[in-house]
Amino acid sequence: MKMNGARILLECLKLEGVDTVFGYPGGTVINIYDELFSFKEIRHILPRHEQAGVHAADGYARASGRVGVAIATSGPGATNTVTGIATAYMDSIPLVLITGQVPTALIGNDAFQEADIVGITRPCTKHSFLVKDVRELAAIVKKAFYIARSGRPGPVLIDFPKDVQIATTEFKYPDAVDIRGYKPTLEGHPRQIEKAVGMLLAAKKPVIYVGGGVILANGSVELVEFARRAGVPVTTTLMGLGSFPGDDLLALGMLGMHGSYYANMAVSHTDLLVAIGARFDDRVTGKIATFAPHAKIIHIDVDPTSIKKNVRVDLPIVGDVKWVLTKMLKVLEEQCDAIDGFRREIAPWLQEIDGWKTKHPMTFKQSASVIKPQLVIRKLRELSNPDAIVATDVGQHQMWTAQFFTFTGPRTFLSSGGLGTMGFGLPAAMGAQVAFPGRQVIVVCGDGGFQMNLQEMASLVQHRLPVKICILNNNYLGMVRQWQEMFFDRRYSQTCMELPIDFIKLAEAFGATGLRAEKPDEVEAVIKKGFKTPGPVIMEFKIAREEKVLPMVPAGASLTEMVLAS
Amino acid sequence: MRHTITVLVENEFGVLSRVSGLFSGRGFNIDSLSVAPTNEESISRMTIVTRGDDQILEQITKQLNKLIDVIKVIDFTDESAIEREMALIKVTAEDESRAEVLRIVDIFRAKIIDVTPRSYTIEATGSPSKIDAILELMRPLGLKELVRTGPAAIGRGSKGWKG
Repeated sequence: MKMNGARILLECLKLEGVDTVFGYPGGTVINIYDELFSFKEIRHILPRHEQAGVHAADGYARASGRVGVAIATSGPGATNTVTGIATAYMDSIPLVLITGQVPTALIGNDAFQEADIVGITRPCTKHSFLVKDVRELAAIVKKAFYIARSGRPGPVLIDFPKDVQIATTEFKYPDAVDIRGYKPTLEGHPRQIEKAVGMLLAAKKPVIYVGGGVILANGSVELVEFARRAGVPVTTTLMGLGSFPGDDLLALGMLGMHGSYYANMAVSHTDLLVAIGARFDDRVTGKIATFAPHAKIIHIDVDPTSIKKNVRVDLPIVGDVKWVLTKMLKVLEEQCDAIDGFRREIAPWLQEIDGWKTKHPMTFKQSASVIKPQLVIRKLRELSNPDAIVATDVGQHQMWTAQFFTFTGPRTFLSSGGLGTMGFGLPAAMGAQVAFPGRQVIVVCGDGGFQMNLQEMASLVQHRLPVKICILNNNYLGMVRQWQEMFFDRRYSQTCMELPIDFIKLAEAFGATGLRAEKPDEVEAVIKKGFKTPGPVIMEFKIAREEKVLPMVPAGASLTEMVLAS
Repeated sequence: MRHTITVLVENEFGVLSRVSGLFSGRGFNIDSLSVAPTNEESISRMTIVTRGDDQILEQITKQLNKLIDVIKVIDFTDESAIEREMALIKVTAEDESRAEVLRIVDIFRAKIIDVTPRSYTIEATGSPSKIDAILELMRPLGLKELVRTGPAAIGRGSKGWKG
């Protein structure tokens, strides 16, 4: 059947299993919106800003594991998506972005609302396409979804000129994709896998270091099984939180700049570091020369460029981490006689780690007069549902959430790790709530980041998305203030927000509910009431203004040089 | 260390900017880059000369391979490839230097492709070091203009890569 390009796009999305798109109309996507008007299989969520639309698609993807889809018009609509795309790119989140473009005949003429969005986004997309002929459209969409979700996932952009949306052709969706330059290695080398297990069984002080790659590959079950069978402690990056249950006896929590004392000590003393789906980011390693100084390193990752990028690696395994972990577990089981001996051998190591845990547990100083942010996070964990999804913005509250919430399942913690995008939290939570209408979705943000995308309150109310918004309000851009306190002689240059905002009135202006806690004994009641109240709720917590995120490894220092909480 | 890398890419618009953007975005050097279609219409071949230690070269080849439009990357090191480049050289040639230019051209088996009473334009082909050598001799005579293509490289031996 002959169809126009706009309709073909929607048919392709449907065949890719897309039931929700986040988008914002405009002149060069009006034909897509006209088709969408009567296309009942796809739900459209209208954000109030294209950046938020992409973050919402991103949150949807992180929470559900499916490809998120966002639409924006040409020019400013497209350029507004850039921060969202870069955020997804840094955290390897599968997205397909569709941007309108001026008619092909006008491209390059500085037409109204023209921007070279393929050029602008080239460094922050996994790949991009400009559709020049409607006959290529279906194959391009098929490729875009395949590229976005396979290998190391990432955002793919399709720039879609208006005249191509109008042009008609016979619609046929290709059955298969074959891209000669793109063949991700999914099956790890069997000999390397055997060697890895051998190295593990020979180690005396092993640590498993897990990144977001395990969550992206849906490999949490395999990770937990492997770590428990071998009895090896596990530390995770920010992006890896939830891949391994934070309350497990083998869990060391997060490592790195704001990681736990015991995770950083373990990594600094280990003789074998097994890195899985992680990329040795500078926030994790601190000073690279002194990172894991005594360790042999095994690095398992689907992306060969991650391996040996920042650190030397003794044994690389390129492959899908779920696939590799499954094989490693099998090889381990074949040597089950050796496992008991190995576990006896590493028992002193586990005791050493327990010693560090006792010496400096993850803690904070309580207060009876002022709300400690860590208390709010602990109460949120205590009072929320076990399967609650928690999104964060970026800054101090993000680290407090990472440190004190104790995530136990994959895809329950949504945060901008790589790019560190303020304004991410609220729209990401919105996307997660769209993916899981029945689950509790909470966003923790600071007063600064909340204001970067607060217009999305309108989208939440309009689409009946009951996201529970916790604002840890210290009236500061807290993380920068903390750096100014610690490293710039308390010169608080432009980090005090000065103007106190009435967040209750703000919530009410959007038709949502606003609650406030000013004293520690009010925290629990506010959270309980917020969770019980239908619809979106803002819970504002007036927190200790100069509370710091600790422990902290100053930027560029070794992991053992921690500033501790005591 | 100097490396010559051959990159086979999809012959599509925007591929060159993906490759060059990768080099600039990640702080890798490009000494020279040449690109043209191959025997197979849908494939273009780039020859890139770059510098870096082993770790950087490993990243460069891995990052190139990661680009969707890149089909194959070959990192030629040491003597595994034959490299040729062409230079067009406009040199001052007046009175006594006219004969000297001709002698150099002859020694290097280059060609004069344009003549005026005050200059010669020379076409020279050869390995990059041969081009360097001819330029060194021409420079004192008065080099007016120089165009180098950058090298093209092909592997030694009977094995070929189609396209």
